Amino acid sequence: MEFIQLFIDSLPRLLQGLGNTIVLTALAVALGIIVGLAVALAKAYAKGPLRILASAYSALFRGTPLLTQLFIVYFGLSSIGIVLSPFTAAILAIGLNSAAFQAEYFLGSILAIQPGQITGAIALGMGRLKTIRCIVIPQVIRLVIPSWSNELICLLKYSSLAYLIQFPELLFQTRLMASKNFRMFEMFIIAGVLYLSVVLIVSHFLRKLEKRLRIPGLGTESTF
Amino acid sequence: MEPLLKVENIEKTYDGKKVLNGISFEMEKGNTKVIIGPSGTGKSTLLRCVNRLSEPEMGKVILDGQVVLDKTVEKEPRIDLNAIRSQVGMVFQNFNLFTHLSVLGNVTLGLTQVKGMKRKDAVERAMIEIDRVGLADKKDAYPALLSGGQQQRVSIARALAMDPKVILFDEPTSALDPELIGEVLQVMIKLAKEGMTMLCVTHEIGFARSVADEIIFLDEGKVLAHEPPEQLFSNNSSARIRTFLKKISELYGGE
Ligand SMILES: Nc1ncnc2c1ncn2[C@@H]1O[C@H](COP(=O)(O)OP(=O)(O)OP(=O)(O)O)[C@@H](O)[C@H]1O
Ligand SMILES: [Mg+2]
Repeated sequence: MEFIQLFIDSLPRLLQGLGNTIVLTALAVALGIIVGLAVALAKAYAKGPLRILASAYSALFRGTPLLTQLFIVYFGLSSIGIVLSPFTAAILAIGLNSAAFQAEYFLGSILAIQPGQITGAIALGMGRLKTIRCIVIPQVIRLVIPSWSNELICLLKYSSLAYLIQFPELLFQTRLMASKNFRMFEMFIIAGVLYLSVVLIVSHFLRKLEKRLRIPGLGTESTF
Repeated sequence: MEPLLKVENIEKTYDGKKVLNGISFEMEKGNTKVIIGPSGTGKSTLLRCVNRLSEPEMGKVILDGQVVLDKTVEKEPRIDLNAIRSQVGMVFQNFNLFTHLSVLGNVTLGLTQVKGMKRKDAVERAMIEIDRVGLADKKDAYPALLSGGQQQRVSIARALAMDPKVILFDEPTSALDPELIGEVLQVMIKLAKEGMTMLCVTHEIGFARSVADEIIFLDEGKVLAHEPPEQLFSNNSSARIRTFLKKISELYGGE
């Protein structure tokens, strides 16, 4: 009974935090898709400096801790005069980090497209850009959704790191309230339940999207 | 009259090995030419050089008065390769259909994206060609659910819709089960008779005999013979050619 009262009392603040978490995750994911797709395309198709740049990007962002990247973007940049709000810094760091991981998923999907289709498009006179837009990207999106769902869920949880640069996301609000009402245990359980609910809802919709985009006769429909 | 397609002295090297060693031929409008020859002699490479999917080191290609390739001059003139490629149909051994698009989507894509046609006009045009290859009832089907023969007919419709000046066929029936070869050959024979200009790599001797105006026999990157089928299949051919023809007629069943 008492727990339910606590839940009801803390909900407005926590939902505010959850809202921030969701906005941060959504924007970071969007940045990650754009940069990640560009990195993947460069790794798959570019030659010379562009390809090296893409590989270096991947290595750098996957090879160092996200927290380090977050601190560099927030504290590091401000020490050389580029002052970002916690919100902007969090989007940038988490988004750019996610881009490196998303690029690997995208690359895997790009390489899974039969090369003959690319030849077919080029032979029609579509050129590289139209081929990428009309053939590669629509197929990559379909192939990548399952592994990409995983990344989205990770990101939702990793966004809690933004609490360390004082961005008022869900974990930040939870800590703040717990430090006032001294109900650490219950408060974190409530936060956990909120994270879990969002993850379940998001997974559900991604599965639906995957089904909706599925091409008859293609893909990994289970025959078990 | 100028030939529709003029290929001059093409040379192409892979890994230090000359795959094409000075290939020249011409095609008149409405002609059907068949290229045959042992495996690995550069038949596919030659087709790919015609629309520059492969880049030869030497030679010249002229299509209907337009320079496609010219390695004989120091500096090539500016060439709009996409515009050229849109005039050259290509049909592949493995169909190479776009798997995420329906039959209609496959055939309209080039029309809307390359020719800049309005969606409605593109659909109308595409349906004519889909009907021509006998697949009107499959227009909404996706490639993965079609038989090989149906997929190959879609890819022919995709090429036809672009109104090509010439269509290049690279072993269009080699990946098909024997009982599906006929339906594709029938479409090709119909096209040849209707006056389409066709350059076909194929081992279907029956097809070559009945519709080819001339046959090019390619061997180790060189044209060993270039003559009408009656002549090639007569006993005057060289021993090398006769041995090969005998082998493929055993494999593919002659007529
Ligand atoms: N991309 C490539 N890189 C290196 N070598 C290649 C490449 N493409 C073709 N070759 C080589 O060039 C030669 C000619 O190949 P090509 O595919 O044109 O032969 P083909 O006459 O079409 O043979 P097939 O009847 O088996 O299709 C072969 O020795 C092949 O190994
Ligand atoms: Mg070949």
